This record gives sequence, structure tokens and C-alpha cells, in this order.
Amino acid sequence: MNTFVFIKRVPDTSEAEVKVDAAGKDVDSSKFSFDINDADNYAVEEAIVIKEAAGGTVKVVSMGPKDGDVMIRMALAKGGDSAIRVDDPRINVVDPLKVAKVLAAVVKGQEFDLLLTGCMAGDDGNMSVGVAMAEELGISHAAMVKKVEVGEGKVKVYRELEGGLSEVVELDLPAVLTIQTGINEPRYAPIKGIRMAQKKELKVLSLDDLGLSEDEVNEASSLIELKNLYIPEVVSNAEIIEGAPEEKAEILAEKLVKGGLL
Amino acid sequence: MGNVFVIAEHRQGLLRDVSLEMLTVASQVTQQSGGDVVAVLLGSGVDSLADKLAGYSDKVLYVEDPLFADFNAEKYQRVLVELIKQNNPELVMIGHTTQGVDIAPALAVETKIPFISDVIKMEFADGKLQPVRQYYQGKVNANFAFKGEPPYLITLREATLEVPEPSKQGAIEKVESPLKEDIAYRKFIEYVEAEVGDVDITQSEILVAVGRGVREDKNMPMIEELAKSINADICGSRAATDAGWLDHDRQVGTSGKTVKPKLYIAIGISGAFQHLAGMKGSKTIVAINKDPDAPIFSVADFAIIDDLFKVVPKLTEKLKELKG
Repeated sequence: MNTFVFIKRVPDTSEAEVKVDAAGKDVDSSKFSFDINDADNYAVEEAIVIKEAAGGTVKVVSMGPKDGDVMIRMALAKGGDSAIRVDDPRINVVDPLKVAKVLAAVVKGQEFDLLLTGCMAGDDGNMSVGVAMAEELGISHAAMVKKVEVGEGKVKVYRELEGGLSEVVELDLPAVLTIQTGINEPRYAPIKGIRMAQKKELKVLSLDDLGLSEDEVNEASSLIELKNLYIPEVVSNAEIIEGAPEEKAEILAEKLVKGGLL
Repeated sequence: MGNVFVIAEHRQGLLRDVSLEMLTVASQVTQQSGGDVVAVLLGSGVDSLADKLAGYSDKVLYVEDPLFADFNAEKYQRVLVELIKQNNPELVMIGHTTQGVDIAPALAVETKIPFISDVIKMEFADGKLQPVRQYYQGKVNANFAFKGEPPYLITLREATLEVPEPSKQGAIEKVESPLKEDIAYRKFIEYVEAEVGDVDITQSEILVAVGRGVREDKNMPMIEELAKSINADICGSRAATDAGWLDHDRQVGTSGKTVKPKLYIAIGISGAFQHLAGMKGSKTIVAINKDPDAPIFSVADFAIIDDLFKVVPKLTEKLKELKG
């Protein structure tokens, strides 16, 4: 079972203050901490679990500047065999369909059974790249996968639906699966693996290397345009409880008890 | 402007709420720009759903065929490609749901239709459609524009609006399925229901909910003590169940349970829209989070913007004291 797994480096903005620049085109990411996208981390684990069970290879693919190499090496340390990083500033990364086109070009003509992506990126939340990539390659796909059973020429997957329900679907291989968080327990990279990862191949490719021309994937070629970014007003009617942390706790307790909320 | 196509979503004989939500947004769009709201229903023996859609549409295109007894993204794609070609709508709306994200990106690639995903609202700028979507889990909004000629395609986020009473009575038009035979490379096998746990959190009167901010499993006893002091059940966000602090049947949100307790205390939950959709119907919501920009505060009645590790133990202590 030969697998490519696609990973993205994203900022952790869950507790960070996010500021938009004056032009409204970008956010100031200088203070963010970055790591592998959450769902992609599960996709890496799933690829390695499949390799451990069925043999084959796991190749890691990522797009972006050199900053991503630490993350890529970590995926190699966990069990990836080699990696490709596409680094080309001409790619319009705002448009998931352009990203999908580039990633499809990375694997086109290569031998593979499964292409795994995370089902959602924590920064743009498009949930589109994997499914679009399947269409670019003309192969089958399933989105939001939370269980994978590999068979002969086929794969059975459990798609997570709303409300706790799952849908079991059978796909012909090769196929793209977009992996949902919680599908497995991502491992930590073993020390030995981290050492070995430094020696594994990490190829850096440009659009030219992929046989793509700039006007297929740049901003001008996109059918959508980002006009501007802005910070949404959080409309809150909440009563904000003030004071030192312990005071706030006491005030809240009194409101809950005396307000008859318990 | 041309018509707005809304691809109705249904499962196990029931219309999903997002279908009517999309039709409501489609009506808002056509009120400004003209054109009809056209619901597109693919199914087998779902006449009653067609009737329901008609109440929110100017027309219902009903493709009735046993091949659509269950959802299959590939079959939907084949049919939608043809229907879009035949009818040339201005805008096509699909839910940003587990069904929608399985169809829309591939449909966009095949048809080369401009596509924007997870749209939270449709605005107009200079007379043109301006979809708004978000980045960084709701911390940044982005105005987008389509380039080139319609049709355009969006997936619309669910549970962002209230659906009004039906006010239209669209004609239901049965359309012959453009799909003549089944598809071999993707097969629907079955549905699997969620496992039932020891506590049904949809029945709980008081819920203490935990999220990423709780950080690690070893902090859960602090939460359990709070819950015990007020006879609450514990639930959590996706982060909490993925991390294994809680069983999956305790997850609140679109992929988990929808809860409406009397009191919901959200601890260390930032409030991704998937989570908010599952709990915003709670009667009273308390949110404890140190990030003042956390979206959870948009649905809270009481807010403590502070370090939960300082607040929660004191809260438990005081509650015990007051409740005697």
C-alpha cells in the first residue's frame, strides 16, 4: 500500500490575538506559533498505521517555504519514507482549487494507492483540497473519514456524518481520503526516528519542476478573489464578571445559586 | 440575475435543516437581485420532502430515482453537472456539511465554476455577489468576489440563521435523472449509529463542558469536582473527545450531540462554529476562557475572561459552600 500524505503548517490561533494589516489583505503572523495542522497529524498517523499493517511506503508532501521542514522531518521521524516540499511563491494559496492542482501534479504519474489529507485546515477551513485533488486526478474520494479498512483493490471507509452517525462507503483504489481528527492516536516521534529522519530524502520542487506554468495556478488564474480581511465584531450580550480570578469565581457562584440556575 | 439553485440535503427520509437555511438565504439573494429560488432534490420516494421544499422555493426540481436512495457524492456530481448545464443558474448553493464538502470541490473542478467554501453570509458589493467566509476559526472575516461569468458555486455554513415560516408555494417539477446507471467505484454500504454511552447528555439539565483550554487529562479531576458539586454531567468539544479525556458520546457540536440544558458551563472552549451549533440553544450559558476574542462569548450569558485554572477551583469551593 503506497500512500502519499499531505500536510500543512498552520498557526495556532486558538488563544492568540489576530490582527489584520492596514491593507486588509493579510494577518500579522509574526507572533503566532506554528505546527502541523491538527487533522493532518491524524492523516500522518493513519498513513503509518496502514504501512505497518500492509507494507508499502509513506511519502510526505507539503507546500510552503522552508519553515515547514521541521514539521516535515517530524512526519518522517514517525515513519514517513521520504518527502516533497513544493516551494513556489507564485501559487495562489488562497484558492484551494489551485493548491489541489499543484498537489495533484506532485503525484501524477507516480505509483500510489492512497492519498491522505486532513479533512480541514485550521487556518482557512476550506475543507476542499483533498476532494478537489481527487477530481484533478480522476480518482475516487471520500471526505471526513474516521475509520479505514484496506482491502484488495478497494478500501472501506467510515465517513463521519452529523449527530454521531457514520456512513460506510466502499471505494476503488487509488483514492483520496480526507481524514477526520480522532481517527487514531497520533504517536510521538521516537528519538531514533528523529535521528534517522535527518537522512531521509526531502525534495524541494518548484512549479517548473512539476511541469506547471505560472498562469495555471497564480492569483490571476483564480476564479475567486479575496477582496479584504477584517476582524468581525463579536456581538456579545454576556454579563462580563470583573475582578481578580477568585473574586470572579465567587461572584459567578453566587449568581448561579441565588439566581436559581442550579 | 439568474436563478439560485439550492441542492437540498436529506438523510434517512428527513430533510436536514441546512436545506431550508439555504433556501432562506437564496430568497434573500433573489429579493435583491431578481431570479427564482430553485430547490434541487435528488432522492427516491421523498415526495413529502419535495412538498416541504416547495414552501420555500419558486420551483422544485425533483430527480426521483432509486439510484438516489442513499447519498453518494459521485452520483450527485454526475447529476448536478448536467442540471447546471441544462439550467444555467446564476448561483448554486450546497451545504457546508459532511455531504457538501464531499461534493462541491470536485464539482467545481469538473465544471470550472468559481467556488467559495464555507460561506457564512451572502452580501452584495457594487451589485455583485460578495460571499463572506472566515479564517482562523472565526477570528477573521474575508470578503470574496467571483471572477468571470456565472454560474457560481458556494457551500453555505449551517446553523447560522433562523428559518421563517414557509411563504412560497413552488411548483414541483419531476426531472428525469441524467444518471442512467449506477456508479461502480464508490458504493454506499450502510449507516452506523453512534454508540450509546452511560449518560445521555441531551437529557442533562446541567452540563459542564470542557475544551482545548483544559490542556491535559490530568486536569480533568478539577472539572469532575466542579460537576459533582452541582450534579452536572460532563461533556466537551471535539478537542476534548479527540484527546481522549471524554468518550465520543460526550461530544457537543455538529458531529456530536445537540444539547439544550438549563445551564451550560463552557470551560476552556473557544467556540468553533461546529461547537456553537450544538449548544447555543442552552437556556443559560456561562463561558470561562482567557481569550477575550473567543467566539464562545458571543453566545454566553455570563462571561469570565480569565485563567480557568485559577477560576474553576474557587468556583467549586464557593458553590459547595453556598449549596451547603
